[in-house]
Amino acid sequence: MSALLQLDHVGRSYPVGGLFARGKMQAVKDLSFTLDAEKPEIFTIVGESGSGKTTTARMILGNEVPTSGAIHFLGKDVTTIRSRSDRLAFMAKVQPIFQNPFEAFNPLTTLDFYLFSTARRFLGLKARSEIDAAADKALQHVGLSLAEVRGRYSHELSGGQLQRIAVARALIPGPKLIVADEPVSMVDASLRMSIVNLFRTLRDDLGVTIIYITHDLSTAYYISDRVIIMHRGEVIEAGEARAVLGHPSQEYSRALRNAVLPPDPVAARRIINERLERRRSGLAEGAG
Amino acid sequence: MQVEVKPETLAAPAEPVLRVENLKAYYQMNYFGVSREVRAVDDITLTIHRNEIYGIAGESSSGKSSLIKTIAGAIRPPLRVVSGSVRFDFGGRTLDVYDDPQAMKAARWRHLSYVMQGSMNVLNPVRRVKHAFHDFAFRHMGLSPSAFRARVEAHLEQIGLDPQVLEAYPHQLSGGMRQRLAIGLATVCEPEFIIADEPTTALDVLVQQDVLALIKDVQSRLGSSIIFVTHDMTVHAAIADRIGIIYAGRLVEEGPAQAMFARPQHPYTAHLIASLPRIGDTTRRQSLPGKPPNLADPPSGCRFHPRCPLAITKCETESPPLEPRGEGRVACWRAGEVAAA
Repeated sequence: MSALLQLDHVGRSYPVGGLFARGKMQAVKDLSFTLDAEKPEIFTIVGESGSGKTTTARMILGNEVPTSGAIHFLGKDVTTIRSRSDRLAFMAKVQPIFQNPFEAFNPLTTLDFYLFSTARRFLGLKARSEIDAAADKALQHVGLSLAEVRGRYSHELSGGQLQRIAVARALIPGPKLIVADEPVSMVDASLRMSIVNLFRTLRDDLGVTIIYITHDLSTAYYISDRVIIMHRGEVIEAGEARAVLGHPSQEYSRALRNAVLPPDPVAARRIINERLERRRSGLAEGAG
Repeated sequence: MQVEVKPETLAAPAEPVLRVENLKAYYQMNYFGVSREVRAVDDITLTIHRNEIYGIAGESSSGKSSLIKTIAGAIRPPLRVVSGSVRFDFGGRTLDVYDDPQAMKAARWRHLSYVMQGSMNVLNPVRRVKHAFHDFAFRHMGLSPSAFRARVEAHLEQIGLDPQVLEAYPHQLSGGMRQRLAIGLATVCEPEFIIADEPTTALDVLVQQDVLALIKDVQSRLGSSIIFVTHDMTVHAAIADRIGIIYAGRLVEEGPAQAMFARPQHPYTAHLIASLPRIGDTTRRQSLPGKPPNLADPPSGCRFHPRCPLAITKCETESPPLEPRGEGRVACWRAGEVAAA
């Protein structure tokens, strides 16, 4: 098995405090996992805010340098990429998708600009017709077409469409790995499933591996092949998604699993009422 | 003679607290001689009873936030009320939101309060939390400063916060604590009616259940009514007594939460519920084809027809009225066939 991405005991700490009270905040601790190059998958990192999942994403993308450990992409150490051409080659293979589609695009720039400039930069295309064809091909993969996008500004499209365009842009260089940091938390429930289904199509049809970062356990269960659960920078539980999310073995992952409200009024109400009872008895004890 | 009152008969006579009748509120814009009208709230009629939690669901830009802003009387141009009325009934006194601004001002916070979207926006980052309570609630309560402080502290303990937070600055508190504070601010005057816009959207999963339980707790203790908006159907399932589904500025279905989840009557509702992912189930979820309608130029007839799997020719030309059906109301020409599809 050749590794697409390999993380070995990766850690990242930030200095906190002033001159006299120096401290360290360990955002990510001893994180190791390997993604197979031959077997595309959806690898999910689940955690609350502050669990270190975004720091992990930034380190994989090369935006952040690990303070310990090493990240190898296709056998090459990510932190040692120096030259402009190596950097570009790496970026073509590893593409990001961000959380808020409304903020990812400049409101004063037409959306096709992002597609065209990505095609120019990574594919080295010059002719107008070639650039158009590359943009259109990528948009077709996400269920849009260049005719729908050309000349449009971000305020003219819905959040779901913008997020699809973000995915299309990421597809242009022909990436092997897409790092999607909370891609559905800003779009509403009905569009959420269309984005998530799109990831599945990318994995199956284009052979792209996706690192899906989320706090939403129900979509994680729906699409993931493997999952890791992070808490305060550490991996609490890792493994096959159905097993980990269906039957979590650690206390924290169980709490996280139980925090997901079922889409069923009878069961959801029971959970809320139980919590209400606990709240009230807790308050009564505190007063007595 | 002693008359025994059954619990059911106590719950049954539901007094309406809020009546919204044929409400239309449009964003009317006029730029360089070109006028544009966005029909965000289009002919909505609904009633909310005492001691009831009413949830409004719908996708983004469906007009759900415009609706509750209009109900709260918190609108500013270009959003204008074109026709219809919003009436509250507080202790036998009827209050028309758009007829009597003076009475509305007096009733605000005392009888009617608002939990805003995103707890971060409520608290001033450079002032201590106690000032927020003072600014919002002091003049509505008619208490001396020390009695007011004691009341606020007691109230904070009720909602599970240490009274010490009054001396803190907002950045020293976690997101969950700030959301609790936002709820505390809205409920310190014990209002009869609470309006909440996306009360749990920005919160972590572990905090969400706590905040929902808190809302439910405060509501049942005060016996007040709540109208809240969120696109998250699981939140509706957890606390709403009745749910209203908004699509393109119109109420397309309304009914008790359990009945709606068990037997949705409108194809849009059926889609919303069917597309919810559940842990333990990986059958493929379908997403809705097409894109959300443009409210400046909504589709003819039933506004859902371009995306509807059940659409017939009639749907393209005639807009279905919202009519009682089953335990609720629904606006669909083929409502009877939804469950079968």
